[in-house]
Order: sequence, then structure tokens, then C-alpha cells
Amino acid sequence: MMQKSVAVVGAAETTKMGKIPDVSVIGLHADAALNAMADAGLKPTDIDGVACAGISPVELAQYLGITPTYADGTSVGGCSFMLHVRHAAAAINAGLCTTVLITHGESGRSRVGAGGFGRAPSSLMGQFEMPYGVTAPPTMFTIPVLRYMKTYGVTEEDLANVAVIQREWAAKNPRASYRDPITIDDVLNSDMIAWPFRKLMCCLVTDGGGALILTSAERAKDFPQKPVYVLGTGESVETPMVSQMEDFTTSKAFRVSGKKAFDEAGISHADVDHLMIYDAFAHLPLYGLEDLGFCKPGEAKDFINGRNTAIGGKLPLNTNGGGLSYMHSGMYGMYALQESVRQMRGIAPAQVEGAKISVCHGVGGMFAASGTVIFTNEA
Amino acid sequence: MPPRILPEPTPETQHFWDGTRNGELLLQRCKETGEAYFPPRPFAPKTGSRNVEVFKASGRATLYSYVINHRPRPDMGTEPYAIAVVQLEEGPRMMTNIVGCPQTPEALVLDMPLEVVFEKMSDTITLPFFQPAKG
Repeated sequence: MMQKSVAVVGAAETTKMGKIPDVSVIGLHADAALNAMADAGLKPTDIDGVACAGISPVELAQYLGITPTYADGTSVGGCSFMLHVRHAAAAINAGLCTTVLITHGESGRSRVGAGGFGRAPSSLMGQFEMPYGVTAPPTMFTIPVLRYMKTYGVTEEDLANVAVIQREWAAKNPRASYRDPITIDDVLNSDMIAWPFRKLMCCLVTDGGGALILTSAERAKDFPQKPVYVLGTGESVETPMVSQMEDFTTSKAFRVSGKKAFDEAGISHADVDHLMIYDAFAHLPLYGLEDLGFCKPGEAKDFINGRNTAIGGKLPLNTNGGGLSYMHSGMYGMYALQESVRQMRGIAPAQVEGAKISVCHGVGGMFAASGTVIFTNEA
Repeated sequence: MPPRILPEPTPETQHFWDGTRNGELLLQRCKETGEAYFPPRPFAPKTGSRNVEVFKASGRATLYSYVINHRPRPDMGTEPYAIAVVQLEEGPRMMTNIVGCPQTPEALVLDMPLEVVFEKMSDTITLPFFQPAKG
């Protein structure tokens, strides 16, 4: 895509987050969409492109009263929204539409109007993974980590420290679900979920949503909010079955998506002021730092233990508290994007002073897919 | 306890499940490159060649990675169990359970040698599991 040709002009989360038993899934999409439209000063009839995951863009368009000339139902898990941003930028540049609304809503905790988790027993996952007792992500996303730990000498304490440092960031965010400080011992003494993963190494399960509105950079100047430009994007997919990842110590989808985004953006790692790495579990930031090229293989644990990603560190990471402490409804990517946009607007609760470039990296499924968006606030 | 979740074979995978019922672990390989692959499909990934064959694997493997699930799925009983990925001697990896040993980190050591065993789950489905190698 062309650098800075498209910008985010509307961004908002749902009015409430956490436990929302009185709103259904599509209601969360709509609440986030209405908040983002208010942020951008737009009405549904001003929108001519829609994108969402979890529900169909057909449902979204009809529910909001939008008649789109562009619809994207890409659904590859929690990073779908990074792909939606990428596709929207291409669509706007190609003249398919002018103003794209991307929504997310999920009743992850209350399960109001939500479908179940499961795979057809005739699918490949149904035949070759489900029979062995996998449940939800805690017993699938976690499977590669023992190999990673053995290869690089990573300890349970190293994993725990990821959660500890992200809780420090969460403490600065009034909307974060968990804000009380925790120690490595607290993490290692929390309930065992799927060894070696303890409860505090796993993401939250909450209700919520978010929405973004994108338009051309040229039009973006006329909107009420400071435009946040899309500088580079990447995407890739690897496998629907975690057991079939090429290498359990690194994600191919991460590497491909990240490199594409950095190449498009034309930046180096030293240019990055702020980083979001989708953290469904505590090992994700370790894989992300290495696969995006911020650290050499095996060195992310030392980078995090050295407080480089903590408050005051040189590479602030997951400044909302992440999926581990801020919120996680199931497809967290939208909340990572929202935090990147807040940081670029300069309005984040834990604002990184003077930040000009934010990298937002998502994962979908269990290392199944990946999407990366690099934002800047400089035109 | 609800009945265990079992696979539903498709035409492309039926030979694999016929094999386990007969006590054989069947893989496929590309006849042009000789590279073995899994899960089953009627062509070789990457080359896209349909010139493939089914062959019987040795059943030997090593423990590649795993978790021990402390929140058992209802059809899996009440005790923690390991969900493992094993590295087959022929190259591919597959998910399985490790049987015939305690489900503990002390008993389950990465890279330990394993061998396949078959357990009949229904008239049509026999699952391949792996146990510590006896040889």
C-alpha cells in the first residue's frame, strides 16, 4: 500500500467493558460503531465500506443501516481487524469506497447472543486434534512453549514476568480489568490451567467491542480528530492446527506479516516508539519481539526482564495492560489497535510522550494467522 | 462421563483411520521428492503433486512439546492429562496423548523416545497414542 495514503479518523471502544450481560454480540458491534461514528462526526449513511469478524458484514450493514460498496468478512481470529485495516487501505486507494467502518463486538464472558467454540468432527482439527482432549485456546495456544523454553533456556519465572510488567501498565489505565500490582510469585502461585501455564499467564475473558473508521489521508484533514496515518501493513497465515506449525520456537505468520509491514513502512526498529503485541498468553510477547525482529531468537526474555518494555523503558509494550490485564473478549486485536490509535493521538492514559510511530501486531487462532499495522501521527 | 469426542473421517482421510483400526500408522509421501507429510490429503503440500503414495510409518517418535491440561474436558475424565505433539521418525509431527506413564513434567521429558500404540474407541475409530519406547 502507499504510505500515509489512508488514515484512522474515528476510533472508539464500547461504552462499557468487562461484564456486559445486557448487550448481545451484535449490540456490542453497534455500540462501538456508534461511538466511533460520533468520534468522527459521521452517520451510518456516510459509511460506504464495512468490515467485521465474528458476525457477517451483511448483518452489520443491515443492523446499522449502511449500504456499502465494499464489504470484508475476513475472519482469521483475533488479528482479523489488522487485516481489515490493511484491506480497507487498499480498497480506499483503489476507489472501491471512501469511508470504511471496521467493528468488533464479543460477549466473551456473558455469552449473550454468542456462538459456541468447536470444530466439525470431520475438519482436520476435528479429526487430528480434538480427539486428544484440547479444549479452548489454553490447551492449544500453549502447546509450543515447552519446546521454546527448552531451546532458549526460558523459565517459568520469565513467562511470569511478562504478566507482572503488563500489570504495571494496566495500573495506569482506568478501564483495565485488573489494576492491582502482582509479583512473579503471585503468577507462579495462581491456579494451574495447563502446565506450564498458570491462570495469571492467561488472558482475561470479558465482554466488549471496538470500532475504527478509515478514509483517505486527503479527506482525513477535515475530520474533528487528529488523523492517525497507516504507514505500513502486513498479513499472513500458517496453519489452523497448532500441531502443524513449522517450528514451535517461532511463528512463520508473525515473521512474514511483520517483515511486510516494516518493508511497506520503510522504517527500522529504532524508529518505533510504541509497540502492541497481541498477548492472549504470556509467551506471545516473547515470540512477537523475536519474530518482528526487535530481539534475536531467545533474547526476548532478557529484553523484558531488563525492563525495556516497562514504564520508562526504551520500547513501551502493551501500554493498555494487554489481553492479560486490560481486556480480552476473544478476538483482542481491536483493542490493541485502539491503544495504538490513542497513543498516536496523544490521549492514552499511559501516554508515551512524543511517540510518532506505533507498531500493532496481532495473532489469530493458535499462531494460525497474523496481521501487522504500523501507524504514525506525522502526515 | 460423556462419550469421547471422536474424529469423523472424510474420503481424503479414510485410509488413515482404516490403518489405525488395523494397527498401522499410515503416512503419505510425495513420490517425486520422497517427502512425508501429515495430515492426509491426496496431494503433496508445496509441490502440489498428486503423485503420492500411502506408506506404513515405523511408529517411532520423540516428544516435541506438550501441556498438561488441569481442567479436563468432560469426556476426558477428571485427572490432568498431557496433550502432546510428537515428532515422527519420518518427519511429520502429530498431536496425541502420551499413555503408559504418569502425566507429570518429571515423567514427560522433551525428546524422550516414544512408540505408537493403538486404542479402539468405537467400531470405526481407533486412536493412535504414544508411550515411552520399550526397545
